[in-house]
Amino acid sequence: MTALSETRAQPGRAAIVIPRRRRRIKGSSIAIFVFLTMVSLFVAIPLYVVIVTSFKPIGEITLGQIFNLPVQWTVQPWMKAWNEMCTGLACDGIKQGFFNSVAILFPSLVLSIAIASVTGYALALWNVRWADGFLFVLFICAFVPFQIIMIPLIIVVASLGIFGTVWAIALVHAVLSMPLLTLIFRNFYKDIPRELINAAIMDSGSFWKIFWEIVLPMSGNIMVVVLILMITTVWNDYLVGLTFGGISTKPMTVILANSVITSRGEAIYNVNMAAALLTAVPPLVVYFALGRFFVQGITSGAIKG
Amino acid sequence: MPEVRFEHIVKRFGSFNVLEDLSLRVEDGEFLVLLGPSGCGKTTLLNLLAGLLDVTGGRITIGERDVTDLDPSQRGLAMVFQSYALYPTKTVEGNLRFGLSALKLDKAEIERRVAWAAQLLQIDKMMSRKPSQLSGGQRQRVAIGRALVKHAGVLLFDEPLSNLDAKLRTEMRMEIKKLHASLHQTIVYVTHDQIEAMTMATRIAVMDQGVIQQIGTPDEIYEKPANLFVARFIGAPPINTFDATLETSGGRLVARHAPTAIEIDLSRHEFRSAPQAGAPVVVGLRPEHFDVNDASRDDGAIRLSLPVRYSERTGSDATAFLEAGEQLLAVRIEPSLMSRLRIGDTMAASFPMDKLAVFDARSGLRM
Repeated sequence: MTALSETRAQPGRAAIVIPRRRRRIKGSSIAIFVFLTMVSLFVAIPLYVVIVTSFKPIGEITLGQIFNLPVQWTVQPWMKAWNEMCTGLACDGIKQGFFNSVAILFPSLVLSIAIASVTGYALALWNVRWADGFLFVLFICAFVPFQIIMIPLIIVVASLGIFGTVWAIALVHAVLSMPLLTLIFRNFYKDIPRELINAAIMDSGSFWKIFWEIVLPMSGNIMVVVLILMITTVWNDYLVGLTFGGISTKPMTVILANSVITSRGEAIYNVNMAAALLTAVPPLVVYFALGRFFVQGITSGAIKG
Repeated sequence: MPEVRFEHIVKRFGSFNVLEDLSLRVEDGEFLVLLGPSGCGKTTLLNLLAGLLDVTGGRITIGERDVTDLDPSQRGLAMVFQSYALYPTKTVEGNLRFGLSALKLDKAEIERRVAWAAQLLQIDKMMSRKPSQLSGGQRQRVAIGRALVKHAGVLLFDEPLSNLDAKLRTEMRMEIKKLHASLHQTIVYVTHDQIEAMTMATRIAVMDQGVIQQIGTPDEIYEKPANLFVARFIGAPPINTFDATLETSGGRLVARHAPTAIEIDLSRHEFRSAPQAGAPVVVGLRPEHFDVNDASRDDGAIRLSLPVRYSERTGSDATAFLEAGEQLLAVRIEPSLMSRLRIGDTMAASFPMDKLAVFDARSGLRM
């Protein structure tokens, strides 16, 4: 046994590095790896077929070799889907649906996030009487399927005089998402240190000032989460857009469905696939753009760190 | 600067009584420390004053104003929190400014006050930094600055130093004391640290189980504890206590500790009420009042020769622990003496009569 001398501060002395053995891959991680590979293939194979089909001329598709790469690559189906695809009698492509969806998306986001964040803030940080009861009711509402209240909602929205406009769709999205979003915001704000809010209450005491100046600037991360959630929900929604939108405010999904699901005429597979991809792409772009903001500390520095 | 009054305060959480009929007056310009163990109700009392909790019963006044039902921001108070509670998304300057947001001041006055506080606390070089870019001591200064800019008559501190390391804590203690000396604000300061209380307070209120056990200057609290709880809570190392019985021996009143047969001479102790022979008492002996150099002094209430069990050195001080029957007796000694001390050595010590503390064993009150 060699004697171990105690380390003292010594300038110019080289550090002794004792190498450690690297960890081996364990059996359980192999199992997880295989499972995850199978799950991703389950999604990836159909997606591959959709993508390659959208780049094939129609003649190649009729050969039935769905897994083959295109012999002759073409972007013609994508152009057609965007500009000339027919919905009923109109053949303006899917682009009108895209613009309608954007027009629906923004008011829906603003309305739903504004209502839910303020409600969550009030429930989490202020002494609201019957706050727990209110939360419970919200929680129950989160379990009510939209289809059950669809017809009453149509009557309510019609009586407001906005039926068939983007505002009707935005309002319904805000109402339907309120239970979940309020719970998300409330739970997030509940974790803001009590002393921080007490300090703000002693400094200012104003409900709105504290929300705007203290709480909202701390909400960056949860806003990203909620944004991704809501953009996906609103963009992929079919039923609300179909029932509350008018002829001119049909979202992309409705137009896609009307075009692709036809019982007459030939199925133009390559154009249909391109249209489906065009509809699916925007939420993906949002994922990749915002994903990196997903996990970041927010209160660092407020409390001893 | 206003005085603060608590009148017959009752606070309940559900069926749990935290405070029951508590009255307290904090005088104008006073530095009052609320001292007590965890859960004694001191922070609750502070939060009631701040308005962060509502009283169940009673009245709180600041100066001539009844603030019992006012909102926290309307009470004319400023508070420094244990965790500093700085706004993480605001800069240091933003933090100071937000402290003024309820006061509706004009721009020039806001600028003047922020600059004043920054200068005073030496944070003017870091005004554009975020709290996460500051060290613990700097955060503490910003938190104090945010309270000072309000020019509130009453400043509240809720264990503000407990997150700092020992060296910084000593520094900040001095600074807070200096601030009080120059600004003369009324300060209510909550802590469980007796050193903080002893060094900073003009008066200390010792609390236990929701009741103020004693209120007085640090000297009074230390030298003349009103009861056993206060005597045992204050002092490090803690006071030595002997459970004894009053007896007359050779015409003198003594307290006799049965297990060791130690007799403590009480003949010159000034009793508050006439003592009765046979009454159980607790005698308190502060470790630093022992005299080990001259154990033959004739005013000694006790003279002891006991074996040393172990000793501790805390920098400028040293304590020897002597074996007295089942219990250990802490005696403060000169550090130079300690190096010569061996475990098992017999040490002679005497205790001066005028430093004795005698408590009624049944009520715990000072006799």
